[in-house]
Amino acid sequence: MESFFLYSAVILTAIIAVPAYRVIKGPTVFDRLVGTNAIATKTIVLICLIGYVFDRIGMFIDITLAYAILGFIGSLTIAKYFSTTKVRFDD
Amino acid sequence: MIDITSVLTIFFVVSGIFFLLIGSIGTIRLPDFYSRTHATSKSDTLGMMLIIIGLIIFEGLTINSGKLFLVLMFILLANPIGAHALARAAHNSGLSPSFLDNEKD
Repeated sequence: MESFFLYSAVILTAIIAVPAYRVIKGPTVFDRLVGTNAIATKTIVLICLIGYVFDRIGMFIDITLAYAILGFIGSLTIAKYFSTTKVRFDD
Repeated sequence: MIDITSVLTIFFVVSGIFFLLIGSIGTIRLPDFYSRTHATSKSDTLGMMLIIIGLIIFEGLTINSGKLFLVLMFILLANPIGAHALARAAHNSGLSPSFLDNEKD
């Protein structure tokens, strides 16, 4: 069962690397924010799977909770900042 | 030796990885910011919830499965809220959605 978690963690890492294309090549700043948000939320599940691979889920689940809360606060703060400032769209 | 918890765990994790793959492809392929938020909010939330439900079934009834349930409820609440905040910020700062009529001229 640990090898199944290892393979699914490897496949999930390849899936997480896909939205980095949108982060690098997004036309506007909001596309880049969507890409970073997608990467940050999928990393939560990846940390859970890594905890089962190393068989130390008791330690990794606390890291997961802290990472989820920090990512959510960061995303909300950046969205609030860009809703109150002028954004220049160069398209 | 096949038991029912391993089968359920493998089913939920594989279907969750499928939905995450669909969300990642949608982040690249969809043509607009407002349509990309669909891919990152809905299918990503469903995929992550399926994977964590599979991990809860694998864990059983311990303190760690309670913490995994907390993570599940947090993802269910926080991920659509973040996507909605980003879409509202983009709408307030004047990003217009791309219709087919806008692409002609």
